Amino acid sequence: MEENKIQLREADAINLLHQYNQDTLPKRFGLIGKAWTGLLLIVFLTGVFFYTTQLRNGLIITGMRDFVFWGIYISNFVFFVAISLVGSLITAILYLLKIPWRAPLTRIAEIIAVSAIIFAGLIIIVDMGRPDRMMNMVQYGRIQSPIIWDVMVVTTYMTLSILLLYFPLLPSIAFCRDHMKGIPKWQHRMYKFLALGWKNTSQQYNLVKKAITILSVMIIPVALCIHTVTSWLFASTYRPGWDSTNFGAYFVSGAFLVGSGGVVVGMYLLRRFNAGYDKYLTNDHFDKMGKLLALLAMIYAYFSINEYLIPAYKMKGEEAHHLNELFTGYYAPMFWSVQFFGMILPIVVLLFKRGRKPRTMFIMAILVIVCAWFKRYLIVIPTMSFLPVQEIPEAWKHYTPTLPEWAITGGSLAGALLIITFFVRYFPIISVWEVAEEKGISHDVIYKHLHEGNEK
Amino acid sequence: MENNNEKADARTNRKDFLKKSLFTGSLLAAGAAGLNNLTSCQNKSGKKVKVLTPQGQVVEVDESELGNPESCCAATPAEARKGIPGKKFVMVIDLSRCKHALKCQDACQRYHHLSGMNVWLKVFKMHDGENMAPYWMPKPCLHCDKPPCVKVCPVNATYKRDDGIVLVDNERCIGCRFCMAACPYSTRSFNWEEPQYLHETRGSTYSPETGFPQKKGTVEKCDFCPDLLKQGKLPHCVTACPNGVFYMGDLNEDSVSNGAETVRFSQLIKDKGGYRLNEILGTEPSVYYLPPVNRLFPFEDPETGAAKMEKVN
Repeated sequence: MEENKIQLREADAINLLHQYNQDTLPKRFGLIGKAWTGLLLIVFLTGVFFYTTQLRNGLIITGMRDFVFWGIYISNFVFFVAISLVGSLITAILYLLKIPWRAPLTRIAEIIAVSAIIFAGLIIIVDMGRPDRMMNMVQYGRIQSPIIWDVMVVTTYMTLSILLLYFPLLPSIAFCRDHMKGIPKWQHRMYKFLALGWKNTSQQYNLVKKAITILSVMIIPVALCIHTVTSWLFASTYRPGWDSTNFGAYFVSGAFLVGSGGVVVGMYLLRRFNAGYDKYLTNDHFDKMGKLLALLAMIYAYFSINEYLIPAYKMKGEEAHHLNELFTGYYAPMFWSVQFFGMILPIVVLLFKRGRKPRTMFIMAILVIVCAWFKRYLIVIPTMSFLPVQEIPEAWKHYTPTLPEWAITGGSLAGALLIITFFVRYFPIISVWEVAEEKGISHDVIYKHLHEGNEK
Repeated sequence: MENNNEKADARTNRKDFLKKSLFTGSLLAAGAAGLNNLTSCQNKSGKKVKVLTPQGQVVEVDESELGNPESCCAATPAEARKGIPGKKFVMVIDLSRCKHALKCQDACQRYHHLSGMNVWLKVFKMHDGENMAPYWMPKPCLHCDKPPCVKVCPVNATYKRDDGIVLVDNERCIGCRFCMAACPYSTRSFNWEEPQYLHETRGSTYSPETGFPQKKGTVEKCDFCPDLLKQGKLPHCVTACPNGVFYMGDLNEDSVSNGAETVRFSQLIKDKGGYRLNEILGTEPSVYYLPPVNRLFPFEDPETGAAKMEKVN
């Protein structure tokens, strides 16, 4: 009798698992998917084209000049670094805390992290006056410079993130290798190569799990470092608006918020365009992510208050000049919109259960992301504008990004989205074996199931 | 005039005698004499003058050997990093003498062949508060002793030499512009495009000591004219100023000269209440300012002047 029960459970489990795997196999794009990819490719290639003109003519094609010498390339870099932090939050922090609902979200978070950190590295090269001398940073690198710290932590984070994406992906690639029929030969070869001869043995699973644990522990301090060091690029100067001891925490808290927003958008779109994904990305997941998003927005609000209101209480010299421009001056409309739509409104909406429905969450997450981009614009640019200055042409006092600058920045955003899009097209975005594990299906069952599949 | 010179010579001789055992003492004497001679020399060959070699030794050479710009070329990027041994350059800017003639700026732009909008030496109209008196303030690079720009450079393209001069190596600069962010005095400018020279560029070997030729995608700034200092000459802004606003000299010798007079640096600062910009930041600039008191000229704003003219017409 008892034996029978276990058998039934196992049979159920096998059925469930088979269904999971079939559900999440990457599918060919429909019309919308193709149009989306095409659009991204056009935007990306436009950016590449304008970058070649920048290489020829120099940074003169941008709106930057001596006075405002950093522009949207830098604010976009900060944005990319920020959004990439979510990989460490969902895959590492929630994993180590053994939060059960994180399993189907890990891969979404990790591919956002990988694509964003790759383009963070690329956009910072775009900002360089002499990209041809990049290797000087290796040859003459000075450890005193925060830029060298940034190069070190960003490359470390990139490596850890790619590994943290790749290791849990191995069983999924192996499944694609063994079970996807009617695919082009190159695609099959790619799976075969990337699966590294994965055989679904218990031993392999244990190794992967051990690797994930080690990487998760390692990536948390590195993740905190990348954004803290990025904030230090500003905080290590004397400029009002940047000269802040609060900057590290302020940046990191904002980064977790925008990254979680990215995951919510990913969840919503995957569910919207893939039938059957609502089994994995349930309303409950949205509810949980909504609570997380609200919490992160509140933490961000706390650091924002520290960042702006305490200097505003003192209103000292140049700091006052900067704050007045943000609060009531030229940048006031952008500043208050960003604070309201990117932070206050999401907090209010997401605190209610009705606000944590997928569609509302999607809108809130889009607001959070767009506002986060402009928030970084407000962190980088106003500090350099509007300081009392003489002896420079009037046009240099205000910064307006030029068309090529927008095109290159847009191209970098499209490039990051392209990486995510291609990943979704060719790899299972839901980590089935982790989901199965959360459901209590043991490795032995997974192993058995997959081997039966092979024999068939 | 000659009497004065003799007096000065006698004074320096006496000092020399008194402090003969002290290396700094002899440097002071030689420096004062050297600067005087060098700034006034004009093709009077046959006369021997004392000069300080880059190694810090006093030697006598024929005057005709001095003052030839071609004889002493600017150093290569590697050599330029060393600096002139035993020297610590300081500049004093006397705000009470500035009348916004902009001769300093013209000379700087011309001799550094600066193209485009890059201006190394700016002259600001300072008006610190509603009830404060406005004045003109020339501002070169302050060549800080604790330069924030050098601290943040990822590739050691900008560096401080032993003689206190902060230079930029445009053959190493990667154009990240972090130094521009770090500089609290907004001294640096960037070559946003390929520099376009209006005149013929003679000799195109680059040297950080002249910053010429400029290079696209790199940062540049005032360099204190180390190619001239090396020859015992004063920088272009100092010699071009009709009112003797700029004093240049050596802190170790405790003497500065504006071309017309050579004075004790410490005494000048003490007597006239010299100060440095934004002392609160702890950057310790090498440029000192003398406050605009007992001014040689009344403050005249070209803008208000033009406005007046319009009214009259």
